[in-house]
Amino acid sequence: MEKRTVAAILVFTIVAVFFLFSIFLLHPFGKPGQVQMDDYIITHTQNETGANNGVTSVVFDYRGFDTLGEATILFSAVAGVMLIFRRVRH
Amino acid sequence: MIEYIPFIAVVAMILIGLYAVLFRRNLIKIVIGISIIESGVNLFLIILGYREGGVAPIFTSLPAGTTYPEEMVLPVPQALTLTSIVIGVAVLALMLSLVMHIFRKYGTLDVQKIRRLKE
Amino acid sequence: MTKIVKTTANMLFPFTMIFGLYIIAHGHLTPGGGFQGGAIVASGCALLLVAYGSSWVFDRIKDKRLVAFESIGAIGFITIAFLGLVFSAVFFGNFLAGSGTLFGTIPATGSTLSDFNTGGVLPLMNFVVGVKVIAGLFVIVLIMAYASSIKEWSR
Repeated sequence: MEKRTVAAILVFTIVAVFFLFSIFLLHPFGKPGQVQMDDYIITHTQNETGANNGVTSVVFDYRGFDTLGEATILFSAVAGVMLIFRRVRH
Repeated sequence: MIEYIPFIAVVAMILIGLYAVLFRRNLIKIVIGISIIESGVNLFLIILGYREGGVAPIFTSLPAGTTYPEEMVLPVPQALTLTSIVIGVAVLALMLSLVMHIFRKYGTLDVQKIRRLKE
Repeated sequence: MTKIVKTTANMLFPFTMIFGLYIIAHGHLTPGGGFQGGAIVASGCALLLVAYGSSWVFDRIKDKRLVAFESIGAIGFITIAFLGLVFSAVFFGNFLAGSGTLFGTIPATGSTLSDFNTGGVLPLMNFVVGVKVIAGLFVIVLIMAYASSIKEWSR
């Protein structure tokens, strides 16, 4: 076996053992630990934002800055594709 | 042990994607493996926010008698997953454009034949 | 493609577009919003691209117009954020919720039927982000399909 295959098997087993040991340190499925922020958001969405949808009010109002970063990433992906295929379009 | 089964499914998805990245030689199969890893991470983000017996956090026509906020699912991990899906689409578009350029220049898609910089 | 494929794509495209615009427009009441509805309309545009061939579509829709369309969406998003700074002293502030103007009423707490006039700044943001996602995804699919169908790339 070449050195590349041995290194790949070593990396794969280390990552698999690490993940399987650290699953059981998380909280069980269905009982989350800290819920104070989400309880505040659910009880105050209709008064402060005026929207009925909790997820949209989090995406655009309580955490709007992350949506600004995501719009920038979409724009830079389109700019990158147009830059790579510059010779094709003319 | 029964209550950790969704997390074991997430780890299985990430390990399948990692196997495709490490042990395959075709460039398109490596790109598919990266996309499977991203799907596994998005699934993990959504699993973190589940409350037992909960409904969606939307107030239009709730089923009668649900007390909020004790019976609603957490809304913040769903918002973070939306951002992560869009980032995955952007990275996949750029990766596939580079694969098209490599195929047009080298004529092959085998990773072990594209090792040296072509003079 | 054959006549049958073209006729089916002609009949399916308006329904897909109306469904996607409905999901964008009602983003503050039902599940959905800007990103999800934009992906639905972009997949309808990809159906047209498959049915008519990428060279035919690329000669009629120049990609410069689509890029201008996407830039309008990005500039509108930043303008709404800065208007929040001007009118209520917080970046991304919701300056339309609670006032009596455009989208200003506040719904009753608890389970209500949906009222379209609510939401503040959220429906405007849904609309501009939807335009941005439609134009962005359509440009990516169009350029990659055109580049893989011509015989050699010009020098």
